[in-house]
Amino acid sequence: MKKPLQKLPESALRLITVFAVFIFVTIVIVKFVIPPRFKDTKIQWADTIKQENAKPVQYAGAVACTECHDEIVAEKKGGYHRDLSCETCHGPTKAHTEDPDNIKPPAPRDRKFCPVCHTFNPSRPRGFPMISPVAHNPMKACFTCHNPHDPKPPTVPRECSACHGEVARTLSVSHHVQLKCTTCHKVPARHRVSPRVIKPTKPANRDFCGRCHAQESSFQGTPKIDLATHGEKYVCWQCHYPHLPEVE
Amino acid sequence: MDRRSFLRKLLSALVLSGGALGGFLRALPAKAREVAEPAGTLWGFGVSVDKCIGCARCVVACKTENDVPKEPFFYRTWVERYMIPKTGEAEVTNIHTGLSPDAEVPSRPIFRSFFVPKLCNQCAHPPCVQVCPVGATFSTKDGVVLVNDKTCIGCRYCIQACPYGARYLHPETSTADKCTFCYHRLNRDLLPACVEVCPTQARVIGDLNSAASPMTRFKRMNKIFVLKPNLNTEPKVLYANIDGEVR
Repeated sequence: MKKPLQKLPESALRLITVFAVFIFVTIVIVKFVIPPRFKDTKIQWADTIKQENAKPVQYAGAVACTECHDEIVAEKKGGYHRDLSCETCHGPTKAHTEDPDNIKPPAPRDRKFCPVCHTFNPSRPRGFPMISPVAHNPMKACFTCHNPHDPKPPTVPRECSACHGEVARTLSVSHHVQLKCTTCHKVPARHRVSPRVIKPTKPANRDFCGRCHAQESSFQGTPKIDLATHGEKYVCWQCHYPHLPEVE
Repeated sequence: MDRRSFLRKLLSALVLSGGALGGFLRALPAKAREVAEPAGTLWGFGVSVDKCIGCARCVVACKTENDVPKEPFFYRTWVERYMIPKTGEAEVTNIHTGLSPDAEVPSRPIFRSFFVPKLCNQCAHPPCVQVCPVGATFSTKDGVVLVNDKTCIGCRYCIQACPYGARYLHPETSTADKCTFCYHRLNRDLLPACVEVCPTQARVIGDLNSAASPMTRFKRMNKIFVLKPNLNTEPKVLYANIDGEVR
């Protein structure tokens, strides 16, 4: 009886040998010749983490500034800019912490920088202090009136629009343009100091709007409704927007 | 069969089955064999959309810190401006980083408008890691997805796969690049550059596993939403006070 290998034709045997050698050589190369760094992702990933951690830092962090500039830090602590990091305005300061005498971080002193945050933009959250740089003391540098480390308006704004620009602009095209803010809102004096904690009031009942808009009101030229049947349990401003009532 | 050959066969059978059992145990997933480790740091990021004023200081700081090309359309983090009209689709624009204020005027009457800061969501199940053909992008133990720029071949699969558009191809290295939560800063006990400079604290970073961290407080005090939750990517960037229109 022939052995099974001898049953095959010689050509097939050669082919099998070539494949066997090829597979063997491939296994040897992959296993032993290629260094593990090239094929093992675990090693590569560990290297990447090392490489990431070794990257240089540009922003030193606000804590680094407190070491030398304690006067300014103390000044800033109580003001509206207390949560603002030094590097937001002064730019990256890592180089300055390493060589404080020769490398000075820039201090933006022209009119270009402050408006980045404080230009009126309707997308900004309500109550954020915003101005129109075109109308607000043109050509004057911001820091001539405002100390950036403890910003206060030189005079406390009489106008609510200093902070509530969006409402002011909406109101200016509405039928209520003649009304003062204080006609409808009682503004506690402390609202100017802690604007987010102490808030102005809103009309609490329907009779307030009814002074002009109820049927029995003697006020001329306003749309009138019957308070008894209109709107029932709702206060007027829950449906109507008083800063822009039914313009369209 | 005599006794001697029976014993011999029994012995070899025992050895073989023992080996098979050992092999079977080795084939079990590693988790089944190891005792669970105590949870380490897991970085998470919080964004309060109602605090963002769209000043783009975060974008500028990120570009400076991480050597991102200054030209537009290369971003590790960016800020979108949403303008929601009375009817129809929301208008979304990418705000620019220059000093002059945004002069763009919407084409239709706008009902409400706000800014949304965006960055890599550092997903727990990252699609970008799944598609990388060379294993160049991976999740670290502390939950950050990193790119190995030594083995990245610049095939752009991950850029296509990211549902948040958080990746870009770095024009100088021709490798994929993305937000790393400023990994090099975190490990030096510094805040990421964008969190450091944000003037209104719209951005928060912290350890999600810790009992007391800024992120723990962020999660306790806010109603939390993640972007595209239907994709089950489980982002670690959590959004508070976000509008349903945000995509």
